Amino acid sequence: MTSEAPSLLNRILPGGGLRTRSVGGRGRGGDILRSASLRLALVYALVFMLSAVVFMSFIWWATIGLLEREVDAAIDADAHALSERWIEGGLPALADTIQQRLEQDVDDAALYLIVAADGTRVAGNLSGWPREVSRSDIPYQLTVSRDGMRGLAEVKAFALPGGFRLLVGRDVRSRAILKRLLADTLLWAVLMVSGLGLSGAFVVRSLFRRMVRNVARTTAAIAAGDLAQRVPLSGSGDEFDRVAETINDMLDRIARLMDGVRQVSNSIAHDLRTPIARARTRLEDASMHAASRTEMQAAIDRAVADLDGVTAVFEALLRIAEIEAGARRSAFAVVELSTLLDDLAELYSALAEEHGLVLQRLPGRPIRLNGDRQMLQQAVANLLDNAIKFSSPGETVQLSAAAAGGVVRIVVRDQGIGMEPAELARASERFFRAESSRNTPGSGLGLSLVQAVAQLHGGRLELGPVDAGETGSPAAGLQAVLVLPDTPVSPPPRPEAMEPSSSADHTPERTQSLSWVE
Amino acid sequence: MRILLVEDDQTVRGFVAKGLKEAGHVVDQADNGKDGLFMAVSESFDTIILDRMLPGGIDGLHLLETIRGQHNRTPVLLLSALAQVDERVAGLKAGGDDYLTKPFAFSELLARVEALGRRAKGESGPTTRLVVADLEMDLLSRLVRRGGQKIDLQPREFRLLEYLMRHAGQVVTRTMLLEGVWDYHFDPQTNVIDVHVSRLRQKIDRPFPTALIHTVRNAGYMLRDE
Repeated sequence: MTSEAPSLLNRILPGGGLRTRSVGGRGRGGDILRSASLRLALVYALVFMLSAVVFMSFIWWATIGLLEREVDAAIDADAHALSERWIEGGLPALADTIQQRLEQDVDDAALYLIVAADGTRVAGNLSGWPREVSRSDIPYQLTVSRDGMRGLAEVKAFALPGGFRLLVGRDVRSRAILKRLLADTLLWAVLMVSGLGLSGAFVVRSLFRRMVRNVARTTAAIAAGDLAQRVPLSGSGDEFDRVAETINDMLDRIARLMDGVRQVSNSIAHDLRTPIARARTRLEDASMHAASRTEMQAAIDRAVADLDGVTAVFEALLRIAEIEAGARRSAFAVVELSTLLDDLAELYSALAEEHGLVLQRLPGRPIRLNGDRQMLQQAVANLLDNAIKFSSPGETVQLSAAAAGGVVRIVVRDQGIGMEPAELARASERFFRAESSRNTPGSGLGLSLVQAVAQLHGGRLELGPVDAGETGSPAAGLQAVLVLPDTPVSPPPRPEAMEPSSSADHTPERTQSLSWVE
Repeated sequence: MRILLVEDDQTVRGFVAKGLKEAGHVVDQADNGKDGLFMAVSESFDTIILDRMLPGGIDGLHLLETIRGQHNRTPVLLLSALAQVDERVAGLKAGGDDYLTKPFAFSELLARVEALGRRAKGESGPTTRLVVADLEMDLLSRLVRRGGQKIDLQPREFRLLEYLMRHAGQVVTRTMLLEGVWDYHFDPQTNVIDVHVSRLRQKIDRPFPTALIHTVRNAGYMLRDE
C-alpha cells in the first residue's frame, strides 16, 4: 500500500506527467504578488492537493470506516442473539451459549462477560467488569486484559433482568494496527503529493514564464526595431508553440508589409528621382553646353518626356491609392464584359501584330457583371500590355473569359518568358519588377493596379505558369487570371452586335515609335 | 478664337496665354474666380479655359455652374490637379466640355481648345458627308473613297478616320483619339494609338501620291490637305 500510493496518485492526478517535460530557465524575481505565473502555479498546487485530500479521505473511509462499522454490526448481532437466549432459557442458557461461542471463535476476537449484581463473574472470557463501562447505550473502546494479554477492544454493555449485566465486545487490536499503518501511509502520501504538487506547480510556472518571457523578449526586440526576431519554439507542438507560431506568422506578415513599404519608398525614391535627375542634368547640360538651338530643343524635349514619366508614375500611384480606398465603388454599374474584352482585344491586337505576335480573343458566352467599367478596362489593358511586352515574335497571347462557379475568370495567357515562382508571389507589389524585366520599359505598377481593381470588385488576381496540358504548347509563359465575383445582373436588354476583330492581312509599317509615356 | 483663361498660377497662366497667342488666338486672362465670372458673363468668348481651384471665393466648378445656369453655352475646358476619375466626372457633370489634368502638355491643351472651339461653331446640323481634299466619307452609307477609289475600312478604322476628318486641319492628340474613338479614359502606357493610326495610313495614304495623315511632333496627328 505504501509503495503503491505514489504511482496511483501519479496516474490519477495531473501532476506526474508534467515531470517529464524539461524545465525552462528560472525567471528573475519581480513582484511576486502580481506574478501571473505564481498565481497559476498556486492554483495548480491547490487543485492538486485538494484532489489528493479528497482521494485519501475516500481511502480512509473505505477501509477503517468499513472495519469499524463491521465491528459495531457484529456486536449488535451478538447482543441480539444472546438476549434471545436469555428470554428462552435464562441465565444458564445464556452462559452456555457464551461458552459455546467462545469455543467456536477461531479468531479469538470475541469478548463476552456476564456479571451478577454484586459484580461477580458468571461467565465469559474477561476477568472482571471494566471500570470505565457504566452506560449501556454507547460503545466503549478500552484496553482489556485477557489470559494475561492486554489488547484493545471495543465493547458494549447490556443490562439484564435481576441485576445481571452483559458485556459483548470484539478485540480490535489488528484493526488498530491497520489503522496506524494506513495513517502512516496516508501521511507519507500527503507529503509526496505535496511534493509533487509543488514541483508540478513549479514546472507550470516556469513553462508559463518561459513562454511569456520568450514572447515579451521577442516583441520587445521587434519594438526596438529588430524585425528579424522570432519567438523560439519548443518543438513539441503544444499550445505554447501554437501561440508562438501565430505570433511568428504575424511578425512574418508585418515584416513582409514593412519590406513592401520600404521597397515602395525606395522605388519612389529611385523611380522618380532617376527621371527627375535625368531631366535636370539634360537641362543643365543644355544650358551650359548647347551649341545650337536644335540641341537645346532636343534636350528640352527629352527633359519634358522624363517629367511626363514622373507624372505617369504619380498618376498610377494615385490611381491605385484611389482604388484601394474603395472610392470607386460608386461608379459600379452593369458591364458588358464580353464587349469590353472584344474592344480591348481589338485595340491591342494591332499592337500585338506590330510586335509580331498574335492576340487571340477566345470566344465565349456573353458575360455581364456589376463593376467599374473604366477600371476593368484598365486592368485588362494592363494585363494585355504586359503579355505583349514579355512575348517574343511568333508567339500567341490569348484573352478569354468564362463564368463558372459563381466567379468570372478573365484569363490573359502568353508564351513569353514567364516568371520565377518567387517573383510571382511579389509580382503585384508596387514597383516590383522581375529581374528579367529590368530592361523593359514600365513602372512596375501595372499589376499593382490590376490587383487593386480585383480587390475593388471583391475578386483577386492569380498569376501562374501556363498549364502545358491546356495549350498544347511548351510549358512556358505566364497566365494572369482576374477572378471576379459573378454578381447577378438583370438580363441583357438587347443583343450587342459583335465587331469583328481587326483583320490580319496587313503588315503595318514601322511607325515612329512615339510613345507618350516612357 | 477669343479665349478666356481663368487660372491663378501665374506661371501656368503666362505660359498658356503665350502659347495660345502664338497659335493665333486672342486671350483674356483672369487670376481669380470672381473676375473670371464677371468676364465670362459680361463678354462673349469662343472657349473658356477654367482652373478648378481658384482663390477669391468662387472656384472653377461654382463659376461653371453659374454661367451654365444663365444658359451660357460657351465651351469650357476644365484644368485640374485633381486626377481622380470621380473628380473628372464631377467636372463634366457641372457643365464642363472637357477635362485636362495638370501637369499637361501644351500641345494637348491647344488641340483640345481648338477642338472645342470648332465643335461649337460646327453645330449647325448633322453632317452626312465629310470631305478633305480627295478623301470623302459618307456617314450614311459608311463608304470611304479617295480619288474616286473605294477604300474598305474596319468599323474602328472608320471611326478613327471619321474623328480625324471631323477635326481636319487640327492637331489631334493620342489621348483625344483614345477618348473620342475608343472611349477609354486611361493611359495605356504604350503606343497602341500609333499602331492604329499607322494601319489607317496603310489604307488611306499609302496607295496615293500624297499623304493626308500627318504626324505632329510631340503632339499627335493631323489630317490635312497639303
